[in-house]
Amino acid sequence: MKNYTADDKYIKALDPNKHELAIYTDDLHVSYGSSEAIHGVSLAFERFKITALIGASGSGKSTYLRSLNRMNDNIDGTKVTGKIMYRGLDINGPGINVYEMRKHIGMVFQRPNPFSKSIYDNITFAPKRNGLKDKNKLDELVETTLKQAALWNQVKDDLHQSALALSGGQQQRLCIARAIAMKPDILLLDEPASALDPISTSTVEDTLLALKDDYTIIIVTHNMQQAARISDYTAFFHLGNALEFDETSNVFTNPKIQATEDYVSGRFG
Amino acid sequence: MHDQIKESLLKKSRATRSERRGKLISLFCTAIIILVVVSIFYFVASKGLATFFSNKVNVWDFLSKTVWNPGSTDSHGNPQAGAFPMIIGSFAVTLLSAIIATPFAIATAIFMTEISPTKGYKILQPVTELLVGIPSVVYGFIGLSVVVPFVRHTFGGTGFGILAGTFVLFVMILPTVTSMSVDALRAVPRYYREASLALGATRWQTIYKVVLRSATPGLATAVIFGMSRAFGEALAVQMVIGNAALLPHNLVSPASTLTSVLTMGMGNTVMGSVSNNALWSLALLLLLMSLIFNLIINRIAKKGEL
Repeated sequence: MKNYTADDKYIKALDPNKHELAIYTDDLHVSYGSSEAIHGVSLAFERFKITALIGASGSGKSTYLRSLNRMNDNIDGTKVTGKIMYRGLDINGPGINVYEMRKHIGMVFQRPNPFSKSIYDNITFAPKRNGLKDKNKLDELVETTLKQAALWNQVKDDLHQSALALSGGQQQRLCIARAIAMKPDILLLDEPASALDPISTSTVEDTLLALKDDYTIIIVTHNMQQAARISDYTAFFHLGNALEFDETSNVFTNPKIQATEDYVSGRFG
Repeated sequence: MHDQIKESLLKKSRATRSERRGKLISLFCTAIIILVVVSIFYFVASKGLATFFSNKVNVWDFLSKTVWNPGSTDSHGNPQAGAFPMIIGSFAVTLLSAIIATPFAIATAIFMTEISPTKGYKILQPVTELLVGIPSVVYGFIGLSVVVPFVRHTFGGTGFGILAGTFVLFVMILPTVTSMSVDALRAVPRYYREASLALGATRWQTIYKVVLRSATPGLATAVIFGMSRAFGEALAVQMVIGNAALLPHNLVSPASTLTSVLTMGMGNTVMGSVSNNALWSLALLLLLMSLIFNLIINRIAKKGEL
């Protein structure tokens, strides 16, 4: 693999006056123990758009994504410096209620991870913990979220069957439904389709496109076609740096950086 | 034509021979284990059942009568082999110690896996292992010199009895139940916790609603395993329970368990006598109980697999 220098980068600036920003990071560094995984990434994410993070394995895109709702807190020895600004607040700042923050910045993981509970209980898990007790409202929430996740028609006859009895693609859409049951502002997805077959993948993609109207979506993906199909913006990560950030069409058809061009044309990664 | 490869395919090699030998050795070892188990069952059963067949003790009387004096006969001429006090004693110390130990064990396990998985685990893991390894006579001796006087001063009576037995067994099974609970909690996949946290659940909500729920089969196995240990423990219990084959009327009056009567009596009876056979019947009862505990554990394990 060629060495690409981190000085050679193109990060398109989103003018806050023209674009409503949902969340942005400023010189974000993340390190595990003594090794730094993210070396100062500054990216901004526009509201109600899909931004794809692409890059080879080990490029830091997942680490970056996980730091956006502080899932790395649970890994010992993680250190985060720089700013992650959400609604004018640094989410790593003092006095931030991390549990409350995660209700607004939800996450769906690479591997479908439904709880070994029923479909219904999976979706109502978080709302119930949040104090929603009204059975009618819970029923309604289950129906709307499952419809949004394009799973309702397949499971409506038996909402009390175990979530683990579903297929992988269905489980992942259940996880999306579960995440949006909290009505988050931002939905982070860490390679949500990498464990799925092509048909399930395309259903999940359709789901995400439909969700774009109400949610800001940031998705990590290994699959460049997927990024090209669904995202509005694309950020290219390489060895812990974001080297290029632009509208998706530009990144794929007219990349400004050599590394990006090599990656999207399949010369490495 | 001379085809070397073809020939070698049909010939036995060193590898096939040593594989055959390995297979035979493991078969032989398995057979020995099965043989030992079967003969123990046969021996205990033949001796234990003799009480009912040769000495004509009614099974129901054995399980429900309260006078234990198998050497002598009652007014009908039947041996007085009523094991009910010991059955009660065994179940009482087992259940009570499990009831006390379970919350402590699960709380410790939660601390070791969820709250302080690095530092706390590093300190507590060797401590629990050490506690498992302490010989039961040491537990019994401490029970005799610390727990019994404590019970006497605090609750009255002689101090010997079910309460003292419960305390000693509680300390004895605590490390076992704890370390098995730790295993159960650690087996809960990390992505369950992440899924819950990513939904904005607090750490406690995650532990209580997700981790403990999905570890329930493992935790139940841990508790039942602890109970089966408590049920079978002889020496330490015998040292603190008072060894009176009477129906205990409270927790601080001297009582006995199946195991304590066995250890007390086995040197003092003659092989083949009614008293000896009656002790074998107690042993048979113990064996059946541990079998039942094992079956329950198996059942839970199967259910937990989904």
